[in-house]
Amino acid sequence: MKLTGAEILWESLVREGVEVAFGVPGGAVIHITDALPRYPVRFVLTRHEQGAAHAADGYARATGKVGVCLATSGPGATNLVTGLATAYMDSVPLVAITGQVPTPVIGTDAFQETDITGSTLPVTKHNYLVTEVGDLAPTIREAFYLARTGRPGPVLVDIAKDVQAAREEFSYPEEVKLPGYREGYPVPEEALRKAAELIQKAQRPLILAGHGVILSGACAELRALAERADIPVATTLLGIGAIPGSHPLSLGMAGMHGTPQANRAIQACDLLFAVGMRFDDRVTGDPKAFAPGAAIVHLDIDPAEIGKNVRVDLPLLGDAKELLSALLPLVEPASRTGWWKEIDPWREEFDWEEPLRDQSHLRPQKVIHAIWQATEGRALVVSDVGQNQMWEAQYYRHERPTLITSGGLGTMGYSLPAAIGAQIGRPEELVWVVTGDGGLQMTVQELATVVQENLPIKIAVINNGYLGMVRQWQELFFSRNYAATPLSGPDFSRLASAYGIPGLTVRRPQEVEGAISRALEHRGPILIDFLVEKEENVFPMVAPGKSLSDMIFPAQARRKG
Amino acid sequence: MRHTLVAMVEDKPGVLNRMVSLFRRRRYNIESLAVGHSERPGISRMTLVVTGDDRVIDQVKKQLEKLVNVIEVVDVTGRAAVIRELALIRVKAPPARRGEITQIVDLFRARVVDVDHNSLMIEVTGPEEKVNGLITLLEPFGVEEVVRTGRVAMVRGAQAKEYKTTVFK
Repeated sequence: MKLTGAEILWESLVREGVEVAFGVPGGAVIHITDALPRYPVRFVLTRHEQGAAHAADGYARATGKVGVCLATSGPGATNLVTGLATAYMDSVPLVAITGQVPTPVIGTDAFQETDITGSTLPVTKHNYLVTEVGDLAPTIREAFYLARTGRPGPVLVDIAKDVQAAREEFSYPEEVKLPGYREGYPVPEEALRKAAELIQKAQRPLILAGHGVILSGACAELRALAERADIPVATTLLGIGAIPGSHPLSLGMAGMHGTPQANRAIQACDLLFAVGMRFDDRVTGDPKAFAPGAAIVHLDIDPAEIGKNVRVDLPLLGDAKELLSALLPLVEPASRTGWWKEIDPWREEFDWEEPLRDQSHLRPQKVIHAIWQATEGRALVVSDVGQNQMWEAQYYRHERPTLITSGGLGTMGYSLPAAIGAQIGRPEELVWVVTGDGGLQMTVQELATVVQENLPIKIAVINNGYLGMVRQWQELFFSRNYAATPLSGPDFSRLASAYGIPGLTVRRPQEVEGAISRALEHRGPILIDFLVEKEENVFPMVAPGKSLSDMIFPAQARRKG
Repeated sequence: MRHTLVAMVEDKPGVLNRMVSLFRRRRYNIESLAVGHSERPGISRMTLVVTGDDRVIDQVKKQLEKLVNVIEVVDVTGRAAVIRELALIRVKAPPARRGEITQIVDLFRARVVDVDHNSLMIEVTGPEEKVNGLITLLEPFGVEEVVRTGRVAMVRGAQAKEYKTTVFK
């Protein structure tokens, strides 16, 4: 029996295991939404296509499955672009389906026509324009295969409207034919032996773990390696949770707002074993001054990352889980007392507790810390971008990979829609959003989606009336010239109420714990607007482009100001 | 340094766009690009001339290979390879000066492919230096129009066999 293109699409999605799709309908996908009720896929209507892309991204990060979003042609499709770029930078498996104007009018600037394959070329792992119904099923097959294998990423499939209505026999291909694509590499036995030797010989080795460890499911292997050879572990922002935050070998996050022990260890180590990370400038600071005394071993699945930003002495090309498992038996147990004697004092270099002791001001760090305490570190936290994101990374200790955030692209407005996807993918988890008043206002309309889908998400707004991270840079590097950063906003608790979500406002440090308890007792979604200190800064800090050795602490910052 | 890269790519819509877009956004310098069918149906062969230090070239190669439709990229710089370019040159040629011009053309083993009252069209094949040399010698007569294909390259003899097996893995 012949099926329509729209039916072929849903048949294919179901075969790929798709249970949820996020999106917004429209004229160029009306055949697709028309066929939707006949298939066992939950369709989550977001209020904006950007929200759909972020929700699919949050879903993918929370479940490890491929996230799916749907948008119509033209503005629907272009609204996905930020979400695709976010997923691309953070290697998140996504398949975006867009409608395109009918084949005969493609290229004529038809109503709601845009060249979305052209537009998304640099922000997708691959993309397709389908103009023949016979190509549809094989294309969906390839799209999912590409999205989830190798270094994961978003794939966009643009389907002309007439293709959705055309009829064709349906058969789903088992194989994909992609002669130019490699999903993996043979285990590099010789290089692994060399890596084991380097670890053996090193006096001050350090592991730097990134998102790839989590994507590959290699947390246990990473921890086993670190424990066996007594190697301290620093992580990137997206690597948080790759090793339990409370583990004695954990040094916390490295980079611009990293811990002194992580950054100092990078600068002092003689062997840097980087796993599933790509030496982003927020991690390395000045790449020329990065890890100056270290031999660098770089394990990554993407050959193009090897040697891209920093020199690499020994590349290990492949999947983190596979390669770490193969490396483990080659590594001798070790104990590095001397190295720890150097590292341990660095842990005391910064007074993390100072904001927590403050009884007279509502400090944002205290809010995050209180959420961590109240949730016993077990929540799935979706943070936004900016100061709130850095405080979350510093003051919420993750024992598992339970942080979802936009790392590479730094997309403000990511957290609320991503949390929708995360909560739908993991209904059993307690999901907290940590956002700012700036970021929230970029995607605040998704509160309606939270209500419509009945999701018990807890939302903490770190409200300081500024685009806070930019303001911090203005304070530290632009003589406090607060141009364009003061920010007004609604009364967020009343705004939440207008959407049907209870809202609380917290003004004093003494109210923090009570409000969080109330949020946890409440069974549905709830928003807490924390009116925090307006000019609080994130410390420690490495100024952009500076060496990781040049960390700024609050006292120095005050002298500069 | 200038590198000559040979890329085998799937003959699919948008492949060239993907490659060129990559060069643009990563700010790689591309000097010439020649593309055409290969001996295999469905596979196009490109010759790219790119300038950059070893690290840049390494990145160019890896980033190109990361494109799903790009099957393989081989750097043939420094390998024994035949490297050619074809050019068509229209030069002012009043009847009185034609003899001089055809002499030069013969020296370069080029050919006159079109004759007009006041001009000649010359076809020349060879390494870029040869093409450049001919153009320089023709300039005094008045070069009116030049079209060049850009470099194409093929590895010689035994080395080619080894290279082919890696291309079609």
